[in-house]
Amino acid sequence: MKILPMAIRSDNSTQNPFQKKGPGLSTNNVQLMPSMNMPGLTCATEETRPMAAYDRPGYELCRYVAHFMETDAGPVPVIRPDLDKKDRLSTIAVRCGIRRDKYLVSPGLYGIGSPDPDSDVLVTANYKLTFDHLRSALEGISAWILVLDTRGVNVWCAAGKKIFSTQELVNRIQAVSLEKVVAHKRVIVPQLGATGVSARQVKVQSGFRVVYGPVRAWDIPAFLTKGKKADKSMRQVTFTLFERFVLTPVELHGALKISGIAALVLFVLSGIGPGIFSFHGAWERGLVSLSALVIGLISGAVLTPVLLPFIPSKKFAFKGILMGSVCVLLLLPVIWDRIGSMAGAAALIIFTVMVSSHLAMNFTGATPFTSPSGVEKEMKQYIPVQVTGILVSAGLWIYSAF
Amino acid sequence: MQDFRYLEDVATLVLDEQKCIGCGLCTEVCPHAVFEMQENNARIVDFNACMECGACVSNCPADAISVSPGVG
Repeated sequence: MKILPMAIRSDNSTQNPFQKKGPGLSTNNVQLMPSMNMPGLTCATEETRPMAAYDRPGYELCRYVAHFMETDAGPVPVIRPDLDKKDRLSTIAVRCGIRRDKYLVSPGLYGIGSPDPDSDVLVTANYKLTFDHLRSALEGISAWILVLDTRGVNVWCAAGKKIFSTQELVNRIQAVSLEKVVAHKRVIVPQLGATGVSARQVKVQSGFRVVYGPVRAWDIPAFLTKGKKADKSMRQVTFTLFERFVLTPVELHGALKISGIAALVLFVLSGIGPGIFSFHGAWERGLVSLSALVIGLISGAVLTPVLLPFIPSKKFAFKGILMGSVCVLLLLPVIWDRIGSMAGAAALIIFTVMVSSHLAMNFTGATPFTSPSGVEKEMKQYIPVQVTGILVSAGLWIYSAF
Repeated sequence: MQDFRYLEDVATLVLDEQKCIGCGLCTEVCPHAVFEMQENNARIVDFNACMECGACVSNCPADAISVSPGVG
């Protein structure tokens, strides 16, 4: 059903004086020519743009804004909890690493539902994926949402880098004049934001008390109804099969550039042979070595993350070695006729396993349970192994051509 | 998260039980249930689950906790 702008204004005129400031030149209900009432007319009349009242030169209205409501601190955008098709498509793109570093919303105060001065204030990051996650968890809830400027980074990572911070929270509370909007003195900060926030300092500097909410946005409704108390399961992070799987496209995307360079090097190395350099060899043997690279990529950046808890060992680099070994043993029979020698086979095995090991180790940065001290220990131990392995496999691969 | 255990005995987490004032905030902010309240004081009950995120450190009002990982 199309909503007429006049209908919005009359519905909300008492609680929403901001809308009365909209342009008063509506042609709605004004019949200049009889043809204006003709059905099927495709001219872009105001009727097809119910949000036209919010037009401002030089600005574009965000699709997630339902309307604006007037508060003592000025107009506040009230957002929709539902995600549209474009939000979902963008989520998929960002999950694949496309435009991931430019996916953000404007920091500041938003409302959802019909918030009033007693409604809770939920603090979040300005990564659009985070913002979408939060608002879609708030269907049927009325609250204020205070979006901090985290430069488009999610809550936990931003807190780790201290950009989701005490200072940013205090500054944002003051910038939006939160004390004029709400009658209480508390803000609900996501638990994972605690890494960057000192509840005590926020209280001292802003007067607002920090209540730590649950880890996951979808627990917020239960958290609010249980008197703002999070039970143990709401307080602990998880790393389910699906949570691991959705991270893998970004892992692959991150390995793309170095893999392209590696592929070029592989083709060059593959061309070296008895006749100094052969383009035929570069192509034929290059393709064989490329298959080893691709299998190493899939093993280290996709299979190891997805199958993480089922692969023995606590060390990610070693998990990658195990997974890589299994994968290369499955690959070998397929390319056996094209390898030609034991040295060549050994080269491809070592190469695949080392690529897999390195990418698996790289995945420590994406998990919610690895400690930096542990990662440091693992890297000191395995980077020399991986570098040596790659060099040895390159030597063996060249040797096998003679 | 008991399925996911990382390297043991590497975390740099230290709790000074003398300084602890028993507010319990560390048990609230820790994402891996490393702390538990026992006799009105915080205790480390799962040291090897610590991922050194520092949430407890930045929120402890008594400066009783520290973590000092080398690199991020």
